[in-house]
Amino acid sequence: MTTVIEAEGLTKRFGATLALAGVDLAAEGGRVLALLGPNGAGKTTIVRILATLLKPDAGRARICGYDVVDDAVAVRQLLALTGQYASVDDELTGTENLIMICRLLGFGRAAARARAREMLERFELAGAAGRAVKTYSGGMRRRLDLAASLLGDPEVLFLDEPTTGLDPRGRGEMWDTVRGVTARGATVLLTTQYLEEADELADQIAVIDHGVVVAYGTPAGLKERTGSQTLAVRAADRGTTEQVAGIVAAVAGVRPDVAADSGLVTVAVSDPAMVPAVLRRLDDAGIVAAELSLRLPSLDEVFLTLTGHRAEEESDLERNGRVA
Amino acid sequence: MTTLREPIEGRKAARGGPGASGTRAPGGPGQAARRRIGVRQTLANGLTLAWRNVTQLKHSPEKLMDVTLMPIVFLVLFLYVFGGVVSGSTQAYLEVLLPGLIGQMAMFATMSLGTALCEDIHKGVFDRFRSLPIARSAPLIGAVLGDTVRFCVVMAVLTGFGSALGFRFHTGPLDILAAYGLAYVFYLAVCWISVLIGLVAPSPETVQGISFIWVMPLVFGSSVLLPNTRTMPGWLQAWVNVNPVTKLADSVRALTVGGPVGSNPLITLAWAAGIVIVVFPIAMRMYRRRA
Repeated sequence: MTTVIEAEGLTKRFGATLALAGVDLAAEGGRVLALLGPNGAGKTTIVRILATLLKPDAGRARICGYDVVDDAVAVRQLLALTGQYASVDDELTGTENLIMICRLLGFGRAAARARAREMLERFELAGAAGRAVKTYSGGMRRRLDLAASLLGDPEVLFLDEPTTGLDPRGRGEMWDTVRGVTARGATVLLTTQYLEEADELADQIAVIDHGVVVAYGTPAGLKERTGSQTLAVRAADRGTTEQVAGIVAAVAGVRPDVAADSGLVTVAVSDPAMVPAVLRRLDDAGIVAAELSLRLPSLDEVFLTLTGHRAEEESDLERNGRVA
Repeated sequence: MTTLREPIEGRKAARGGPGASGTRAPGGPGQAARRRIGVRQTLANGLTLAWRNVTQLKHSPEKLMDVTLMPIVFLVLFLYVFGGVVSGSTQAYLEVLLPGLIGQMAMFATMSLGTALCEDIHKGVFDRFRSLPIARSAPLIGAVLGDTVRFCVVMAVLTGFGSALGFRFHTGPLDILAAYGLAYVFYLAVCWISVLIGLVAPSPETVQGISFIWVMPLVFGSSVLLPNTRTMPGWLQAWVNVNPVTKLADSVRALTVGGPVGSNPLITLAWAAGIVIVVFPIAMRMYRRRA
């Protein structure tokens, strides 16, 4: 298997803030690598360096063997970028946006027109093709952005938070699209704040915190470390919260996290059979649960397990990195 | 390294194949990815991006409101405020004023360019351009060339409205063409100053303010409104005489209503070349630094 995206020791500083403190990454051809982390962790900075938009202060990165600094022109022929801030022209129509990108990629007039029409149909935008992009919904805009990125059949696709701000339906559609892209053999690097998204799409996940990779592995491997699922229980009567925590601790074998404000008792579990066990013991003790659920751990819980601290949103560093 | 590059070559070959519906992949089939972008492609990319600007204007023609109304307002105001005092009659002053305004409008029409560019950068559209295999300078060249529409509109309105008020050319068609051509060349050069401001300004809103600071002394400290500088203090005379807008206004005046042309067009062209030689590399450096 060929390594398509490689990064070693990427370091980037914005003023006094160290955005990246030595990031190593590798993604193999045709695979999806997810960068998982909270806002300000450095995800967008990594993408911008790999996409030749930003120069690292130290370290190096290669796309298909081409250095992103020394061979930036070659790298740009291989990649496409769909940014966090949809980079389509609001004032042009969908068709005009795609024709413009095609022409910049070297397509002739007729070929550009044909390719634009083909992609608008593929992304179910044919009906809105003649409308100005500013009239599009958030989901349509993202789809157009992605269509624009795929016009040149890129070898490597960067997706910076592709579903942030989309409703669940839009998110599901986007996921299907990303799966379609990898099915065609492209390598994808996506950033996300959602563990669920990384779990759905990625072959490898790199968890980013404060500009370093704090964990790296397959979704299954990461879940082994964090507990594959989270059991959450809340007592109907707040007075029994401590009892609930005791029962959960006895079944799970570890002390659960108790949220003081909501009374929600959460613990990482690896065996789904623990759920009926907890339920039985609650019943035996005569405690009524107002809420009892088994779900994927949230990014917050993953962070707590991996780093010992919660995922905290930092200053608007990533956006500064984009504009600076 | 060789093994790493295989997928690239395979991809190029696949794109150039019969299934690619006649599209030209950058670099052509079977070639390794190119590392440099030539002048021809730079120009082609610049024209595509200029097409983008023109298409935007087609969708929102209200963006041309300033260049449509500005020449009318300025012509009416200056003509009837200054006409009697400066030339004894508005009719006589019109022949002095209109050629001057051609120079003034060439300056004013550049001012919106910086704002538009700054907006593009903040909205993220430029991120896509910069990640495409096109010349780095292409988006800037496209923005400048696309603004030609604004120049044409402002000149057409100015000339049309001036003619309605009684302005007449006294020179041949070649001279008239040379006058507008000179204004256009100067306009293109000054556009790069506007580009530079758009690149360094912290936000689109601040661009306009910065622009006024350098445009006003050049436009009003010139022979645009008053060809006679004798009543001005010495320091101002010195400024007016070196001001390139004076050279442009004097050139246009001689080329449209007659009189000695002298070396003014050559000095104007030299100024235009000088501005581009100095400002273009600085603008490109600023642009790269933002990348």
